[in-house]
Amino acid sequence: MSETAIKPRIEKIPLKEQLAQKLPVLLVPVLAAVGLIAIGNPASWLTLTVAGLAMGMMIFIMASGLTVVFGLMDVINFGHGAFVAVGAFVGFTVLAWLAGWTASPSVFMNLTAVLVAILAAMLVTGLLGLAFERVIVMPVYGEHLKQILVTMGGLIVAQQMIYVVWGPDELHMSRPEALQGSLVIGEAAIEKYRLVAVGIGLALFLGMRHILKNTKIGLLVRAGVENGEMVEALGYRVRRLFLIVFMTGSALAGLGGVMWGLYQETITAHMGSEIMVLVFIVVIIGGLGSVEGCFIGAMLVGLLANYTAFLAPKVALISTIALMVAVLMWRPQGLYPVVKAK
Amino acid sequence: MLTRLLSGDTPRSGLLTALLLIVLISLAFAPFLFPGTKSLETAARICIFIVLVASYDLLLGYAGIVSFAHTMFFGIGAYGTALALSTTGPSYGALVWGTAAGAGVAALFALAIGLFSLRVKAIFFAMVTLAVASAFAVLVSQMSWLTGGEDGLNYKIPRELTPAFKLIKAKVFDVSINGKILAYYLVFFAAVILFLVMLRIVNSPFGRTLKAVRDNAFRAEAIGYRVVWYRTTATVLSAVMAALAGSLLAIWLRYTGPATTLSMEIMIDILLMVVIGGMGTLYGAVLGATLFILAQTYLHYLMGVAAEATSAVPVVSTLVAPERWLLWLGVLFILSVYFFPTGIVGRLRAGRA
Amino acid sequence: MAENLLTLSGVHTHIGPYHILQGVDLAVPEGGVTVLLGRNGAGKTTTLRTIMGLWTASQGGIRFGDHVITKLSTPEISRRGIALVPEDMGIFTDLTVAENMILAAANGPMDPKRLAWIKELFPPIGNFWNSSAGTLSGGQKQMLSVARAIIEPRRLILIDEPTKGLAPAIIKAMTDALKELKETDTTILLVEQNFAMASSIGDTVAVMDDGRIIHSGRMDELVADVALQEKLMGLSLEAHQ
Repeated sequence: MSETAIKPRIEKIPLKEQLAQKLPVLLVPVLAAVGLIAIGNPASWLTLTVAGLAMGMMIFIMASGLTVVFGLMDVINFGHGAFVAVGAFVGFTVLAWLAGWTASPSVFMNLTAVLVAILAAMLVTGLLGLAFERVIVMPVYGEHLKQILVTMGGLIVAQQMIYVVWGPDELHMSRPEALQGSLVIGEAAIEKYRLVAVGIGLALFLGMRHILKNTKIGLLVRAGVENGEMVEALGYRVRRLFLIVFMTGSALAGLGGVMWGLYQETITAHMGSEIMVLVFIVVIIGGLGSVEGCFIGAMLVGLLANYTAFLAPKVALISTIALMVAVLMWRPQGLYPVVKAK
Repeated sequence: MLTRLLSGDTPRSGLLTALLLIVLISLAFAPFLFPGTKSLETAARICIFIVLVASYDLLLGYAGIVSFAHTMFFGIGAYGTALALSTTGPSYGALVWGTAAGAGVAALFALAIGLFSLRVKAIFFAMVTLAVASAFAVLVSQMSWLTGGEDGLNYKIPRELTPAFKLIKAKVFDVSINGKILAYYLVFFAAVILFLVMLRIVNSPFGRTLKAVRDNAFRAEAIGYRVVWYRTTATVLSAVMAALAGSLLAIWLRYTGPATTLSMEIMIDILLMVVIGGMGTLYGAVLGATLFILAQTYLHYLMGVAAEATSAVPVVSTLVAPERWLLWLGVLFILSVYFFPTGIVGRLRAGRA
Repeated sequence: MAENLLTLSGVHTHIGPYHILQGVDLAVPEGGVTVLLGRNGAGKTTTLRTIMGLWTASQGGIRFGDHVITKLSTPEISRRGIALVPEDMGIFTDLTVAENMILAAANGPMDPKRLAWIKELFPPIGNFWNSSAGTLSGGQKQMLSVARAIIEPRRLILIDEPTKGLAPAIIKAMTDALKELKETDTTILLVEQNFAMASSIGDTVAVMDDGRIIHSGRMDELVADVALQEKLMGLSLEAHQ
């Protein structure tokens, strides 16, 4: 076969399109800069920015599973918030058992206690995810209406079970010694815990990116999001892949729950459904199914919520809705619309 | 005549007809059949929720759209009436324009949300409405200068609708005919009329097209129906009905606050009532609302007894504690979505066939 | 004629409310190319998708080799040695060419010898190895789709209209590649509207209409019998030549 018959040709992406690709990424620094101008005081700005990033990272952790699950199987889990709440309560119980470790002056013991709490929470919510997927979600694949209803029902039951196990009162979840207090940088006071949250969130995002780009299972997930049927035709069981992703997403929601609990220091059975509002906003902003979009959306929401909470506390939640509306006016499918073959 | 009143959409099941008649007669004569403040409160609540749940069914059952903003429209109606009454005094004029304003604002909101988010996917609409409704609830509780914040608004309604007003001196069946009973009948007849209007809507050509769109949006679009337009209109109609139900609540309670109108709990209750009663039947709303509210009011007591009886068994007693009744409803809800998506009404109709 | 590798007997397929396949009887002999012809909407693509398990037959049976595969899931059917090159090519545009190929080798790392052969067969695969598959041209995507199907040895390849919308030069390249593939003991079931291309590589032929097979036989007989061609396909074939 001659080389000329099939002249190698690669379509050049126009500059404008390339720019449009990168544009959403730029929104985060732009928002931070606007925040600096609006707030005026660099020290307060730094405090708020770190707080915003920390909040964004936690929302990202909780939202990432939801968005990938949607991308892969077209399933949206309105009960995702239940995993957040259960994670927080399991974390609470484990930290209470390890009270000796959390009160110890040793930073190492403190962090080990948190790590054990996180692992326990992830294990429980991961298994809960398994049960949820098999019992609640599987019978209604492909039926959006029933999915919304049934997963909402799952949320109600899960919240009620939290009441049964942990009682109806809100619980106080205190941070271990090492994570209390703030670091003072110049005039800015930055809570240590927020730095930890940013660290964990960033590590997770990078890890997730690595898995999606460089491992076979990551490739399968990305391919499955685009065309699940073709992945099946190549001999892979998408259902099983989906179950793994669903469990991972649930475990991540559990992780997010522990982190959110330590951040707010109080936990209630309803915390999941409250956070879900932010999670949904982030997922919509990012584009349903897109991990990168979800990350950027989470950062934007976190920063904006903290800036407005400082500048005009009453409109904090409204501002995130306004952001969502603005993004959707610009890109009706979110920042990074996911390519679907069908 | 009767068939025409029902727009030709009869219950189509003997047992269902009987149940509906029992509900209708009980509500129509509630002040005399079940004297006492608590039972009258319950009866009025049932009337209001029948309208609210039926209006949600219009959206969920007939248009196949899941919205989490239904309590927002309910609240807009209630606050419309409440604000009119509390700012300009207890006149019928204020009552009417407040109600109309509430319905108008609800329609505008619904139009905006519908045009904005119904283009994409049902799932998208569900998420957007969830976010918008919770932001609205927060906004209302924060604008305390206008809405009274978390405490809500207390206001006077026209004197003829309050217990202080006596219509006739004599008692009828041992019940004194006061303004409260007049208010009840206002709620009752308004509910009956609104329900019949909705029955008319779903049985009109518009309603039938809506169902066609629900069953196969792609095909309906291909035939030439403007799917977004139909869905948005359904959203607006359902929002207006919900707002009117909210106004009825505002009149009945003489109080409007976030907890009685806007809370997520009420949204969940509505969802449970529609699904358990029967989606896409409207009559399901009647049965769903009646059973749910009766259970909410009286089941607590029964479960209390059960919890008492099992108090020796630790886990079981917490599971059947009266506060946990939502747990069992949640389970029932999931089971009904799986096994009888047409709810009680669907079951009754199938049983006949 | 060799023994049949694939046999469909009385296969019915419903898609939603539509009854697409209405009793398909089709035999694909082992080795060589069987061409499935027919006008648009005759049910050719549905036949391929039913074989692959992407639609489940509501009635009838599909036998592959010694086994009945009617009720198996798509991944199981794939692992028994059937590959599909779908009409829309099914390329993962978000992935690179290399990543597309890695996934196609479901049973482990790619065989370097086989990969070298494929790169020779389709030079663009090698040339754009690390490019995003979304940036390939239509013809290159088609080559990638076929390349994915043959990166592991398969007993049967289902190819759905590989020349659709392609330039004549690329059609020729694709035809050459399929001819070479034919030499490797692989059985091909090819859906094609282009009769010139179909007749140049087909050994046996089946013609579909309204969800049924209305003719099957040897390709050379059909080519020789112009009257039969007219009867079966009327002018629709001429238009494609």
